[in-house]
Amino acid sequence: MSATPEPQKLYAAREPVFPKRVSGRFRDLKWLIMLVTLGIYYVTPWIRWDRGPELPDQAVLLDLANRRFFFFWIEIWPHEFYFVAGLLIMAGLGLFLFTSALGRVWCGYSCPQTVWTDLFFTVERWIEGDRNARLRLWNAKWDVTKWRLRVTKWIVWLLIAVATGGAWVFYFADAPTLLMQLATGQAAMVAYVTIAILTATTFVFGGFMREQICIYACPWPRIQAAMMDEDTITVAYRDWRGEPRGKGKDRETLGDCIDCYACVNVCPVGIDIRDGQQLECITCALCIDACDDIMAKVGKPRGLIDYMALTDEANERSGNPKKSVWKHIFRLRTIIYTVLWSGIGVGLTVLLFVRTDIDVTVAPVRNPQFVVLSDGSIRNTYDVRIRNMTHDESAFAITLVSDRELQVELEGQTGNTVDVPLNSTHLQRVYVIAPAGSEAATTERTELRLWVEDLSTTTRAYRDTTFFGREPQ
Amino acid sequence: MSDHNTPHPEEQKLQPGDPDTTGHVWDGIKEFNNPLPRWWLWTFYATIVWGIAYTVMYPAWPLINGATPGILGYSTRANVAEDIERFDAMNADIRTRLTEVELAAITPVDNPDLYNYAIQGGAAIYATWCSQCHGSGAAGVQAAGYPNLLDDDWLWGGTIDDIHLTISHGIRNEDDPDARYSEMTAFDDILSDEEIAAVVQYVRNMSGQEADVSLAAAGESVYLDNCAACHMDDGTGDRFLGAPNLTDAIWLYGGSEAAIEHTVRYSRFGVMPPWSADASSAGRLSEDQIRAVAVYVHSLGGGE
Repeated sequence: MSATPEPQKLYAAREPVFPKRVSGRFRDLKWLIMLVTLGIYYVTPWIRWDRGPELPDQAVLLDLANRRFFFFWIEIWPHEFYFVAGLLIMAGLGLFLFTSALGRVWCGYSCPQTVWTDLFFTVERWIEGDRNARLRLWNAKWDVTKWRLRVTKWIVWLLIAVATGGAWVFYFADAPTLLMQLATGQAAMVAYVTIAILTATTFVFGGFMREQICIYACPWPRIQAAMMDEDTITVAYRDWRGEPRGKGKDRETLGDCIDCYACVNVCPVGIDIRDGQQLECITCALCIDACDDIMAKVGKPRGLIDYMALTDEANERSGNPKKSVWKHIFRLRTIIYTVLWSGIGVGLTVLLFVRTDIDVTVAPVRNPQFVVLSDGSIRNTYDVRIRNMTHDESAFAITLVSDRELQVELEGQTGNTVDVPLNSTHLQRVYVIAPAGSEAATTERTELRLWVEDLSTTTRAYRDTTFFGREPQ
Repeated sequence: MSDHNTPHPEEQKLQPGDPDTTGHVWDGIKEFNNPLPRWWLWTFYATIVWGIAYTVMYPAWPLINGATPGILGYSTRANVAEDIERFDAMNADIRTRLTEVELAAITPVDNPDLYNYAIQGGAAIYATWCSQCHGSGAAGVQAAGYPNLLDDDWLWGGTIDDIHLTISHGIRNEDDPDARYSEMTAFDDILSDEEIAAVVQYVRNMSGQEADVSLAAAGESVYLDNCAACHMDDGTGDRFLGAPNLTDAIWLYGGSEAAIEHTVRYSRFGVMPPWSADASSAGRLSEDQIRAVAVYVHSLGGGE
């Protein structure tokens, strides 16, 4: 095909990208999202929430050592991990929904890689100047000015990176305590290592790797391609309106594109959107802002580059009426995703409100199935775990319901009650005894229900299990 | 891959300036042969450097006797030994307390932390040293005469102190002079077959099992003359001698006529080794370990 005699290169250096400052409605939206997401990330660990004297007062805390997740008034125990699984499934379905409706909108607006890279661009622009100044600096010799600007920029980036890595660890321990420990060198090694790793990744990914992460490292863009279809709204160039592009006053033979490269100059991934959709594009829509600005200046309607779907492109080319945006967004696929997403959301919310503050599991001891006591009665043993998820120590009564005559006894306790401290699990060995020769003692199986009642709140929970007797020989 | 001679109707048209293709075509889509990013090459070299450094630092290359040790001297075995030392140091206090507190006071109410430690540690010691005979569920093995530790029948007593004594010194062994000892007479040569048959029925009747009443009546005098000295007149046994209670529903060697007859004729002689390293050179456990396993066994449902 190609007649070039020179051998193909196996490796290519990264082409540096110097995005120009731009303003417009999508840029404003991105500023807002950056402010909100970074605000949530940095501030959340410092919100306090009173749970009483013996529990942490941090609103959002992933207490891995004690196996508890705290989220404001919600506490998640290990046995309730399905809440976390449900949230992850919702996050997945949410990404499917947004991708099928709006393409790579996650990448363009709220992906941490995009948000932090955007922040790093802002710092870079503030210290080194806009696109042309940065280009000049890139090509300049390493003199005092260049060193000064570069080092200043790197220091600010590093400070942001340290704050980013630092904020992460505050989600896993009491933030004020940990900050003091970090400052005085008392914190756990894992905290320092985590901060170091996240500082390094933030610094390198946001400052130097940038679009390379999206193009070569991230799997999500490749998956997204499979979820987009001809109705998905994405960023596109109206080449039927713009072409043939060209500079010059005489517009008779030319399209609306004046070939000013404004769209290319603002692009954070360094592509030309006029070449059509391409895998590098994160649909950040900054080229739309840039082009709209130019179109206003030359007196043409906005939207030479715009959000549109593939079907719009075909319809516009052939002069057919366009589908409305809502018809693109509300279609079978997005409705199914929405139904699934909200179904899980409603389910989790209902579960959250119906769950009790106590929980019981019963594990029958089956080695051996039963024990014969000296008076001939038959005894079964059950390991009963009582979780007291309330914030008060309480006595729990264990009782039994069965059609047949059975008695219940607790190992190491007098009577049928046991004290369980607040916010903890107690393992109680429970004996169920059938008198000698009774029906339960002489039949293989007897169904029974163990009730556990929190005597201070009268919350009750039960588990059904089986009693094994000795069949007459 | 499609046939190159018959192009796909929608075959992708290459633009000037496009890179070469790999020559692969699927449904008209050609694959560009783009160069890899250079930093990727660097990461590849970095992995090689890392790999070499790793094999120098850590155990890596197999030799005839083991592997190259690596200059950091890292060893998982040494790590485990360190962990064990660390845990021993952490547990030193509670293990000392375990030997100082009165056994009967190690309960979930009086000393919850000590009790919890003893139960957890005792379960591990039990699984290591005791389960071979008494079973992993502590239900014993009737055919071999290994007692069930879950029930409320104890040959030598079921209080925590009795259990502690039994574990420390064992039963009928020659390694520990303090071992509890008793020996049942074998009546094969002493009693006639008729007397043995009669006393077997008497004992079965005593424990509420089916028995030949006329034979049992004849067995009473045989019992009182030969058995009652240890098993008591009423058959309730004597824990000081390890003589079992014959009136209850629990039979260490089985309660069938054949099993009881075998016991009367040939006697039984269950042996348990001593476990206290202080009491006997055959002992393997320290005092705190014995106390832990005693608390554990006492908690299994039969403790008195």
